[in-house]
Amino acid sequence: MVTNADSALSLVDEEEKAHMLFGNKLTDRMGCKMKILVPVKRVVDYNVKVRVKADESGVDLTNAKMAMNPFCEIAVEEAIRLKEKGMAAEVVVVSIGTKACHEQIRTALALGADRGIHVNTELSLDSLQVAKLLNKVVEKEQPGLVILGKQSIDSDNNQTGQMLAALADMPQGTFASEVSVENDQISVTREVDGGLQTLRLNLPAVVTTDLRLNEPRYATLPNIMKAKRKPLDTIEADEFGVSLESKVKTIKVTPPAQRSAGIKVADVAELVDKLKNEAKVIS
Amino acid sequence: MKTLIIAEHDNQSLKPETARLVSAATKLGGEIHILVAGENCANVADAAAKLESTAKVLLADGASLGHQLAEEVAALIVTLAGEYSHVLAAATTTGKNIMPRVAALLDVAQISDIIAIEAPNRFVRPVYAGNAIATVESDETQHVITVRTSAFEGVVEGNSAPVESVAVPASKDKSTFISAEIAKSERPELTAANVIISGGRGMQNGENFKLLEAIADKLGAAIGASRAAVDAGFVANDMQVGQTGKIVAPDLYIAVGISGAIQHLAGMKDSKVIVAINKDEEAPIFQVADYGLVGDLFDILPELEKAL
Ligand SMILES: Cc1cc2nc3c(=O)[nH]c(=O)nc-3n(C[C@H](O)[C@H](O)[C@H](O)COP(=O)(O)OP(=O)(O)OC[C@H]3O[C@@H](n4cnc5c(N)ncnc54)[C@H](O)[C@@H]3O)c2cc1C
Ligand SMILES: Nc1ncnc2c1ncn2[C@@H]1O[C@H](COP(=O)(O)O)[C@@H](O)[C@H]1O
Repeated sequence: MVTNADSALSLVDEEEKAHMLFGNKLTDRMGCKMKILVPVKRVVDYNVKVRVKADESGVDLTNAKMAMNPFCEIAVEEAIRLKEKGMAAEVVVVSIGTKACHEQIRTALALGADRGIHVNTELSLDSLQVAKLLNKVVEKEQPGLVILGKQSIDSDNNQTGQMLAALADMPQGTFASEVSVENDQISVTREVDGGLQTLRLNLPAVVTTDLRLNEPRYATLPNIMKAKRKPLDTIEADEFGVSLESKVKTIKVTPPAQRSAGIKVADVAELVDKLKNEAKVIS
Repeated sequence: MKTLIIAEHDNQSLKPETARLVSAATKLGGEIHILVAGENCANVADAAAKLESTAKVLLADGASLGHQLAEEVAALIVTLAGEYSHVLAAATTTGKNIMPRVAALLDVAQISDIIAIEAPNRFVRPVYAGNAIATVESDETQHVITVRTSAFEGVVEGNSAPVESVAVPASKDKSTFISAEIAKSERPELTAANVIISGGRGMQNGENFKLLEAIADKLGAAIGASRAAVDAGFVANDMQVGQTGKIVAPDLYIAVGISGAIQHLAGMKDSKVIVAINKDEEAPIFQVADYGLVGDLFDILPELEKAL
């Protein structure tokens, strides 16, 4: 049990001390003293098969298990690895949404992030509004690198990182499967439709993660305890001076066309016969 | 109303996605222009000019556009966007990379991955890995959209629209292309193939994908994979089908040794005919398969190859 400030301080690791000393100087924005900002989103767990509500107003998430968006977990992991390699001084996570987001921020802190920011709002925002709020956080925090997930698995938007990069006038490396930081540049290998593409970006930059960038670690119990003492600030979204009104309205949400399960065929001969003569998809 | 379509190409050839974008744009009404942005890509512009319903092709040809870097292409599109009510690109990795940047610079929302157009400001798109279909209406003055091209038939050729050169903005110089490893294959591209045969974790290793190749050769099929197969290193990432890989809708999709996780189904359940080959008769893939064959893929695949 930690009972006094001294032993609490002993929990602060070396990099954190380094940050307290140097982290806020503008000259340290890039390079090994840089700060990494990781936006994380609270979404329905990827194993949950969601159902639409009978009144077609949306999906029913009552009692659904919620979790950190899987791509965001990968973003947190990558930021922590860069810090462990001495390429970064501090990892700050930010989540925009209701107070429930604290859960995902604490998870990120338990994985090794240093500090959390919760931007509080009850509104459901478009990626554009999220990007505008994140841009305000970027202006304040001056990170050398922002790592986001490539896609939220609820809205399936795949927009926020690119939008933030545009608003912050930063270069972008999306769908990253490998990154490496050298001085004031980062090289990013991207998963593109035809294969892989490698780019070099000037820092500060925005990177979005693909699934193969890394395999996120699990939080250990001591780290979960330690995370409870890490700083987590809440800021009200409407204090940023950003218009939070969305111009895109959801009219209705319906279930997808259901495929009815077909038949089981007994053997290859029957399969080929059906494909030729019933479905007529092969000749 | 006027629509600007961002052509999908590799500086050498126009990709079939572009014809499908044009067909989506015809549902909006209004004039259709196609932008071909790239380097030494005049041939591509000529190919685009042949697409039916196209009024004009804009050609932006410059060294800074050679690799479709988002910073450069987005800056170009923004200089042109003023006169258009709609800007459309395919929901490929290129379109997904560039278009949100365009939307943010224009200060409008983007609508991703639409599968239908109900009105010039009303669109249909899957969310939650395709487990729900949302109809959205936008009050934006301009609509920046990516299109799931598998949901639209391409327009035919037979046109000869004028090609007009446009100026390339000064390079932003914030990102540099280093290299690309583009898979070369004689097979059709996944997103354009009429027949796809995909392997999952059940294939056990990359070597065993030869069993699928032999069948693909006979059917003129493309080869796909589940994420588990890609993650395990059996095959390259560009073969992944699913929510976060490629979305396909061929006439025939054959899933081999794939369990049918929702993330995989999201990428292929709009295929016309689905065949599943799996040794576990409870595998969820059978719930979407028109024809299911329960058994060991190592027995079935060689037999299937012979029977074709
Ligand atoms: C954020 C996120 C995004 C994702 N995106 C995607 C995506 O885009 N695409 C995707 O595919 N997955 C995606 N996934 C992963 C997905 O959840 C599943 O883990 C994956 O699809 C499983 O692949 P699989 O069916 O090959 O493997 P498994 O689920 O392990 O299934 C293997 C199947 O092979 C069968 N089998 C084994 N041996 C044989 C044999 N000898 N003969 C016949 N059958 C055999 C088994 O019965 C089993 O059904 C994503 C996951 C997350 C978290
Ligand atoms: N509400 C949010 N709070 C924090 N980060 C977010 C939020 N929404 C989106 N993001 C980030 O943007 C990424 C892509 O989201 P999207 O553009 O919605 O698909 C996510 O993986 C997060 O990193």
